[in-house]
Order: sequence, then C-alpha cells, then structure tokens
Amino acid sequence: MKDNYQLLVIGAGPAGLAAAADAARLGLDVALVDEQMAPGGQIYRNVGSPREPVRPYLGKDYLWGKPLVAEFLQSGAAYINNASVWYLDERLETGMLIDGASHFITAERLLLATGAQERPMPLPGWQLPGVMTAGAGQILLKSAAMIPSGRVVLAGSGPLLLLIAWQYLQVGVKIGAIIDTTPRSGFSEVLPCLPRALAAFDYLLKGLSFILAIKKAGIPVYRAVADLRAEGHEALESVSFTTGQGDGNKRTEINIEAETLLLHQGVIPNLRLPLAAGCELEWDALQQSWKTVKDIWGQSSVDQVLVAGDCASIVGARAGELQGRLCALQAAHQLNRIDLQQRDRAATRIKRSLQRHLSIRPFLDTLYPPAKAYQVPDDETLVCRCEEVNAGQIREAARMGCVGPNQVKAFTRCGMGPCQGYLCGSTVSALIADETGASMEQVGYFRVRPPFKPITLGELANT
Amino acid sequence: MFRRVDETSVDTLKLRIEDREYAVPVGISVAAAVLLCGFNKVRNTPVTDSPRLPYCMMGICFDCLMTIDGIPNQQACQLEVRENMKIEVQQGAAELLQQR
Repeated sequence: MKDNYQLLVIGAGPAGLAAAADAARLGLDVALVDEQMAPGGQIYRNVGSPREPVRPYLGKDYLWGKPLVAEFLQSGAAYINNASVWYLDERLETGMLIDGASHFITAERLLLATGAQERPMPLPGWQLPGVMTAGAGQILLKSAAMIPSGRVVLAGSGPLLLLIAWQYLQVGVKIGAIIDTTPRSGFSEVLPCLPRALAAFDYLLKGLSFILAIKKAGIPVYRAVADLRAEGHEALESVSFTTGQGDGNKRTEINIEAETLLLHQGVIPNLRLPLAAGCELEWDALQQSWKTVKDIWGQSSVDQVLVAGDCASIVGARAGELQGRLCALQAAHQLNRIDLQQRDRAATRIKRSLQRHLSIRPFLDTLYPPAKAYQVPDDETLVCRCEEVNAGQIREAARMGCVGPNQVKAFTRCGMGPCQGYLCGSTVSALIADETGASMEQVGYFRVRPPFKPITLGELANT
Repeated sequence: MFRRVDETSVDTLKLRIEDREYAVPVGISVAAAVLLCGFNKVRNTPVTDSPRLPYCMMGICFDCLMTIDGIPNQQACQLEVRENMKIEVQQGAAELLQQR
C-alpha cells in the first residue's frame, strides 16, 4: 500500500467496484478502500463466495455482482480491505484504521461511493433486543446463511421489505405477519409516474412477483397501520399496532407475539464523507433525504471530489454501477489519460443504460414515501439510541430556541455517542423542522467532524 | 433467535463467549456468532443499563459494541470470528485499559 494514488475510491459496492475497475483499465493509478472483509458492499455482500445453502434463494440480481467483483479483482486496482475511514478533510487527506494502525493516503482525485444506509425508523421499543433492520436480516442471510429461529414479523415499507419477505419464503422461514406502514398518499400519486417506469419493466415485474408470492404464501398483511410499537421487558415479546380507517375506537387493536421484528422504511444516502469533504448538499423533497449535488459525470461542488451511486442520491445498484463507470471516464479525462471525445464516445452507451435504470426511481419514491409517524415520532420514542435521548427532549430543545441540529446536540447529547448521528441525524432535523415550522433547508444537518469512527489514542499514534 | 439454514457440512472454529466454549462456522462475524449461540444481549448501555443486541449489522449503529480479546468497544459486526477468540458482553462504558 502506497501513501499516494492518482485516484482513491472509497466503498466497494457496485459504484466503487465499477469505477475502480474502469479507472485502472484506463491507466490510472487507483486504490479502492473498503471497510468490509470482501468486496461487494451491502447489496453484493459475500457474493464472491456465496454461502451454498442460501445461494439458490438470493436471486439473480444478487449474483449480478459476482462478475463485477471478478472484474475489479482482475483490473489491477489496489484493494485495501478491512479499512475504516475515520478521517477526511477538505484538503482530501484520507485517514483509515487498518488492524489497529492508522494510515493516511492522499490522491489527486477522490471518488466517494459509500452507498446508502437504511432510513432510521424510530418507534417505541425499537431499541429492544430482537428488533433489527430488514437489512440486518438480509446481511445475516447473505453472509452467514442465518435465519430467525422464532416467530418473525416484518414492519415498514419499500422494495427491500418485499425482497426479504420473498427470500425468507424461499428459504422456508415462516413469517408471522407483514405490517405495511406505507402511507396511502402514494397510491393516488403514483399513476403519472407509471409510463416512465414502464421503461424499467423488469423492476415492476420483480416487485409484482414478490407481492404475489407473499399473497400465495398466505402471510397476514396489515395495512393502514398506526400506533406501531415493539413491546417486551428485557427483549422483544410482541408487536402491537392499530389498523383500520378513522381514529380512536373505530380502529382495531392488534397484538402479535414475536421474537424478531425487522424494520425498514427505505434507504437514504450515507452522507458522512461527502459532508466531510465539503461537498454541497441539497434537500430532495421526493426522496425525503439530503443528496450530494453533482453533475452527470459525478462531479461534486468540490473540484477534486467525484461521487457515485447511492451516497449521492438513491439510485439503486445497477444505476450506481453505471454512475461509477461515468466517474472513471471523468477522472481519466481530468487526469489527462483520455481526451474529451474519447470520454464522450465511451459514455454514450453507459448513459443510455443509466437512463433506463433511473426511470423506475420516481415511481418507487412516490409509491413508498416514509410515513410521518416514524420521521417525527411521539415524545416517548427514543431517537438517539447511543445517548438514549427521546423525541420529547429534542422537541423541548427546539422550543427553547435551539436553531439547528448542532445546538440540539450540545444541549441534549443527541448524536454525540459512538454512531455520531447515523441513527438519529435525519430524525433530529425532521423533528426541529416540525416543531419550529422551519424548512429542512433552514434546519440543516449535523456537522461532521473526524474521527468518524471511535479510535483510541493508541491506534491514532500507531502509524 | 437465529439458526443456520443448513446445519450440516460447515467448517467450524472454537471460541469463547462469556467464558463458555462454542463451535461456530468459519467466516461469519462476531455479531452473527453471538446471535447464533442464542445470547440475549451483547452489551448493557452506559446511560440506562439496558440490554442491546446487534441492530444494523453493517457497522453504522454501534449497538454491537463488545469486549473482544480484552479490548472494549469493538464493533462485533465488523470483525470476523477467529480460533480461540474471547468474546465478552460489555457492561456500560469501557474502562481505560491498563498499560500492557
């Protein structure tokens, strides 16, 4: 491992893998840094050596990642795995922790491809042992061939929830119930998005096949859900909610015993490194999340920083891969390996394919908006899982005059724990906006400061 | 809590969780191993002493912090199991390590 490269790519998901492979082929001196043991990111986790018992059930979209990983490994790009990036400043020096020692790398161009995280879904009891994200359930399936042994309930909204339900059905997991929190508003607004979505007909068919499989399996599906809570003393014992139209006693109360509850309400960009690098962000009202401002080539507002895939805005795995390839062309052009004509010629087919994969997004984003109840939860709900700060305390801080998330953090410790706001950041901004009537743009987001990951003084000194 | 899809023909290694020996599949994370062995918590929180289990499994929530081979605050979901690893439930905030 050297301490300087022409191009440093961070994140070994589809966008980072494709970008690093193409950049190396175009003659750039490139390194790819990733936190995991093996390439693939979350979506293609462990795809290089799939666990045999579950391999047939993970679907062909998952196995798409296998040749991509091979392409990267053969490309000649340096691969730095098991490396946690804990430092990045506006001079673009990147600090990482590898096996207890700190390393610093500089590069002429930086490509951020750090992907997405699940949108936090705070509800009463979500901190109980036995409650996890749907993504966590999927990671256990992909990387360890593990499935819940007791009764499992899925709750939330969005394509990933349907996917894990389908995968669990294939493996033979008995799903106790699916609690669908998708707001009704999406159904009426989605029709105008349908014509464009037809260009990505395969996505629609896939979703439909999941829904039909769930129906055929006879899993109870509850809709028009409110008052969702996870209950239990030292661990999850049951999931309770109300269902039906209207308010109060017209609604039916339901309580389902469960040992495992998997939550999901879509994914949002992992913004930590774009923020640290000083990239400009903007609020996306449709995706209900911040996104990194960039052009079609992935150029961010910072000269030497490119962004690709879900860490810029949510586009999905295949579109992310194509954005990574465009970034590689752009970096090669910026570093004088190819001229403008060569860049544009090579990009023609990539751009056409990218448009097709992007055409499903407005449909999905409109159909599956996050429900308000889990963006601005009730006062008693824990928002900061690390420092155990609830929504009521954040509202109170906002009423007292805290103008933004950073001041709320100083007053309440919310976002000050080891996760540094990953699991509360979006909720804190939404709560302040809701309480004060300010817009999300006015409220803003937590300031990001290194170290991004807890690091001991010993590890810092050990270079 | 969790079980393997197919319990036959998998290479295992031996490690210790809370001073009991377990055989777990090679190549899984410490967090997966703790769930597989049926533990009901990986840590107690520093603020209210509440029990927690892994939540995100992808390295962002820090709910799976454990003491591993004597070193506290390790993200169990980001570490692969090793032969003879010593895994302990973390109680509250970590103590400063004694000079070794």
